[in-house]
Amino acid sequence: MSLLETHGLTAFYGDFQALFGVDIRLERGETVAIIGANGAGKTTLMRSIAGVLRNAPGMIRHDGAEVGALPADTVMKRGIAMVPEGRRLFPSLSVEENLVIGGQHKGGRDFGDRLDAMLGRGAATLAAHAHGSGYWTLETVYALFPILEERKDNPGTALSGGQQQMVAIGRALMSNPEVLLCDEISLGLAPVVIKDIYAALPKIKESGASVIVVEQDIGQALKVADRVYCMMEGRVTLEGRPGEIGREAIHEAYFGAKAQ
Amino acid sequence: MIWVDTIVQGVLLGGLYALFAAGLSLVFGIMRLVNLAHGDLIVMGAYLILVLVTALGLGPFLAALVAAPVMFLIGWSLQKFVLNRTLGEDILPPLLVTFGLSIVLQNVLLEGFSADSQRISAGALETASLALGPVNVGVMPLMTFASAVLVIVALNQIFYRTAIGRAFRATSDDAVTASLMGIRPGRVFATATGIAMVVVTIAALYLGVRANFDPSIGPARLIYAFEAVIIGGLGSLWGTLAGGIIIGVAQTVGAAINPEWQILAGHVAFLVVLLLRPRGLFPRGSD
Ligand SMILES: Nc1ncnc2c1ncn2[C@@H]1O[C@H](COP(=O)(O)OP(=O)(O)O)[C@@H](O)[C@H]1O
Ligand SMILES: [Mg+2]
Repeated sequence: MSLLETHGLTAFYGDFQALFGVDIRLERGETVAIIGANGAGKTTLMRSIAGVLRNAPGMIRHDGAEVGALPADTVMKRGIAMVPEGRRLFPSLSVEENLVIGGQHKGGRDFGDRLDAMLGRGAATLAAHAHGSGYWTLETVYALFPILEERKDNPGTALSGGQQQMVAIGRALMSNPEVLLCDEISLGLAPVVIKDIYAALPKIKESGASVIVVEQDIGQALKVADRVYCMMEGRVTLEGRPGEIGREAIHEAYFGAKAQ
Repeated sequence: MIWVDTIVQGVLLGGLYALFAAGLSLVFGIMRLVNLAHGDLIVMGAYLILVLVTALGLGPFLAALVAAPVMFLIGWSLQKFVLNRTLGEDILPPLLVTFGLSIVLQNVLLEGFSADSQRISAGALETASLALGPVNVGVMPLMTFASAVLVIVALNQIFYRTAIGRAFRATSDDAVTASLMGIRPGRVFATATGIAMVVVTIAALYLGVRANFDPSIGPARLIYAFEAVIIGGLGSLWGTLAGGIIIGVAQTVGAAINPEWQILAGHVAFLVVLLLRPRGLFPRGSD
């Protein structure tokens, strides 16, 4: 049983179908990269897993349990955290508050959750998953990205793009997730900044998180991933290990056969 | 000297308007919801306190303390089961629903309590006054103003210093991303409206002790509250207090010149501030 799997996952925006039966899986301890051109459906896939877009229950499984229809807050409390595309820091919150809010609701013990548990709703889906490794705290996030401690009282949005991305990653880590979804964390950043950000990945994996990175930068993806999926027009067009798939195959899966 | 007195009375009256407005300001600041039934909810709170005072023989302050958690639950349920369903891109549904709620509340109160005007008795406190330097101020208006300042301080503490306050701000910034943090926006909104209704209870207490009320006066209170929120700057709680004071002072100064000008002067002050500062005195943030 995989840590996370999708089965024939479909997704729609109104009448527009963005995903056509996507099957991917993530094993415990793995880093999986998802590559594909703009509009391929990578973000839609991440948003479906995270619960922002709701699907049929069986289309997504976490540890064997059907989670496709759960709302985002419940998915997060099960241990699946997302660094959303475009970072999406909270402008009204300082850097430190942006980090703190990433972990403060993980426990699943707020008033509404208790009410749900009393009414017998949601309790089963939360059980046993309420805690990750517990490694990530403000201290360990600041140790990972020391610059954030210096800027902790600034509004999150006053930082440079790379620093904002660090806040977005730190915010997701604060919940001690067992699955971390990273949507285009290198988008719009200078190469040296991208290097800094990806330098955090080994530590994140060491803390016990399995990771899915969405990347448009194929080189970066092949460097960090154990396995790669390529998407095109809402479908997975290629799956393989970085050493085993050739440039040609990637090119074809990325742009379609016609482009050659 | 008469002018100092007039202005002091106006500032204290502004405290009452700030109390009317604080709950409205909180709810608008968090979920961009304009609650047209806010004034009627204050009147409903006043009747609840009145019932507790007459039926159980409680003092008005103790009665308000008992009423507060009841009002919290009413607000929480109202938001969770009714108003959350109206929130979205379109701003019209919440306006229509709260307008309807306003009419329903007025009619229910009319059925239950008739159109006779009522008052909550606070005994000797009602007429007690203090000499503050050259002016005499009523203890009740002074307490109203002090309560308004305390409410604003408390709401600011909740908003900027607590976990639920962080959740309020984050959800108001971006509800989808907040849900990725484990927050369920509908619950956060329900808690916010619950807190707003506790403030409504405090406003209801002073409304009912200081003047007569009947089921129809809610909309007029709503107008003062609106004006205070708007000239203070949408979403700023201190701005709401400042807005209340400006309207209060304009009204007492207007009344001192000509008693018929009291209400008009408040509305004129509102328009003048808006002309000079279209976004209010202390507009919050980027939006
Ligand atoms: N909110 C939306 N409403 C309608 N269509 C959307 C929306 N978001 C994305 N799409 C469409 O869905 C498809 C997949 O988009 P997306 O998942 O963002 O791709 P990627 O992340 O791979 O660039 C695109 O055709 C895009 O235009
Ligand atoms: Mg994308």
